[in-house]
Amino acid sequence: MTNGTGGDVRLTGIGKTYGSFTAVHPLDLTVPQGSFFALLGASGCGKTTTLRMIAGLEEPTRGTVHLGDQDVTRLPPYKRPVNTVFQSYALFPHLDIFENVAFGLRRRGIKSVRKQVEEMLDLVQLGEQARKRPHQLSGGQQQRVALARALINHPQVLLLDEPLGALDLKLRRQMQWELKRIQTEVGITFVHVTHDQEEAMTMADQVAVMNAGRVEQLGTPADLYENPRTTFVANFLGTSNFIEAGIEGASGPDVVLRAGDGRLVLPRERCRTPATPGAKVLAGIRPEKISLTHADDADSVPEGRNRITGTIADAAFTGVSTQYVVDSPVCQEFAVYVQNVDRDPRLVPGARVVLHWNPAHTFGLDAAQDAAAGVEEAA
Amino acid sequence: MTTLTEAPPPLTPTAPEPAPPRRRGRLTPYWLLLPGLLWLVVFFALPMIYQASTSVQTGSLEEGYKVTWHVATYWDALTAYWPQFLRSVAYAAAATVLCLLLGYPLAYLIAFRAGRWRNLIMVLVIAPFFTSFLIRTLAWKTILADGGPLVGALNTLHVLDVTNWLGWTAGDRVLATPLAVVCGLTYNFLPFMILPLYTSLERIDGRLHEAAGDLYARPFTTFRKITFPLSMPGVVSGTLLTFIPATGDYVNADLLGSTDTRMAGNVIQTQFLRVLDYPTAAALSFILMAAILVMVTLYIRKSGTEDLV
Repeated sequence: MTNGTGGDVRLTGIGKTYGSFTAVHPLDLTVPQGSFFALLGASGCGKTTTLRMIAGLEEPTRGTVHLGDQDVTRLPPYKRPVNTVFQSYALFPHLDIFENVAFGLRRRGIKSVRKQVEEMLDLVQLGEQARKRPHQLSGGQQQRVALARALINHPQVLLLDEPLGALDLKLRRQMQWELKRIQTEVGITFVHVTHDQEEAMTMADQVAVMNAGRVEQLGTPADLYENPRTTFVANFLGTSNFIEAGIEGASGPDVVLRAGDGRLVLPRERCRTPATPGAKVLAGIRPEKISLTHADDADSVPEGRNRITGTIADAAFTGVSTQYVVDSPVCQEFAVYVQNVDRDPRLVPGARVVLHWNPAHTFGLDAAQDAAAGVEEAA
Repeated sequence: MTTLTEAPPPLTPTAPEPAPPRRRGRLTPYWLLLPGLLWLVVFFALPMIYQASTSVQTGSLEEGYKVTWHVATYWDALTAYWPQFLRSVAYAAAATVLCLLLGYPLAYLIAFRAGRWRNLIMVLVIAPFFTSFLIRTLAWKTILADGGPLVGALNTLHVLDVTNWLGWTAGDRVLATPLAVVCGLTYNFLPFMILPLYTSLERIDGRLHEAAGDLYARPFTTFRKITFPLSMPGVVSGTLLTFIPATGDYVNADLLGSTDTRMAGNVIQTQFLRVLDYPTAAALSFILMAAILVMVTLYIRKSGTEDLV
């Protein structure tokens, strides 16, 4: 295999329409060779269609698919150096595990498959099950067969369509690990479609968040989480609080906002909308970045922090942290996660509190969008 | 240890006894089986026993028949009519193969390609059943009539020369030849092939085709390695549903054939209704039944359907 950009997957202006319905708006996407790339989005966002266009199972209405330097747009699936792990696996029920895994090799005319198949089954820890039929295996084992059946062909790109969707939570966590380990071991480009933001963030090097047939944002998990560009991304990945604020003016590297009768500060480079005084902006802050202080101790809050006041509406103890919902004049249902290090016994529902955070953690988004976009989808 | 043998105190002092409804419930399956069992006894078991006893009787129509355990009837019937038996099997086999060749592509089309036309095509497949078996076979008599357009066309295209050479037709005729009988059988039993084929093809998960394509199988290889093996239950039941009734059929040979195309069914019919030699007719029926049973058993063993999912 070549290094550099020789094995990138390049989608150029690729789009898919069914009659009058647009499943995927023309999009450009480059998946670097050897990376673990996730297409993340709610069902119906076009992520699976995009994957299927790379596999050749769906013909794009427009645009091209390149694997390295080769244009594969018009190649049928059986001529593409790409393999897929299907949702619900699509194992061949009449063939045993060995023959399922050997299928791709045999189709390419390779006669002595035994050694390779056995090695591959060992890699996914199914050496003992070779002569069983798919329906005799558990969901997790079937999943590994599907993975082995695809990986044995050493594809340039491995496509995974919600591969862990049918597994229970514990097994899913274990398989996420396993997949990541195998990907590092074999060094093949993985393109992983999922609706589970946690799965995408733990496994992928790069995540493309899709919504309504478009890529909303592309980046590393940390980048997407810390610097969401739209409210959809901010809400779909984790939880965000939004305060509708007016821009008051600039002060050095910061933008000063007015929310209710308080003032908030936002770093200019984290503001996604022009800092024209009088304009509206959605000031976002992640729940775990916020500190909670009882109103009686308001004086102890250091200077220079963004602060708003409110009343605790609800508190849920989750062990590691306590999740508070705070009612505040500038934002209903403000979510705050506080690590259970030193719990303040006064922080119970009904208590008056001051919420404060480092201004650097604030991000500003265009107020024209729906502040709740992506909340439903993430649920 | 003695305390353990004592029954624990009841949680509620007046727990209702669940026994009576359960006892009645236990008999329910048998009540449900009863109508079917009665039907089987009256219309299957009794006639079979009656038939079996007839087959070992001797006598004549005037003096009446008596059970004499004259098993030789079986041997006599077989020696006299083995050509008709062989012909039955050959015609039925030919019709079954033709049904499979015609039915499979159609069933495949309905299952995978028909889209919204699926139901319409299914109705068309079943539509012939709205007319009687006899009428449909008589219609074939017209279609294959001497000097009719079909025979004329086959003659012009020199197809008849080939079939004559093969011994399937004779002279300028199609009617009253083996070809006509096999055509009639094929036509009449085709739906019995298509329906089970369709059912088993339709059950195949379309993603298996995609998975095969994704794993470098060309469309034809996908058919050979995935679709066809998975449709084997349909192939087996379709061929059985065609072959078994076709072997025992006599209407097609009667209406479309000649004395040279008589099948086992025709012999049995003649023995029962014209010659009135009941023991021979009954023995022939049992031989036919046994022969079909043996062939079907061997076939199912060979195709190993119980191994398929």
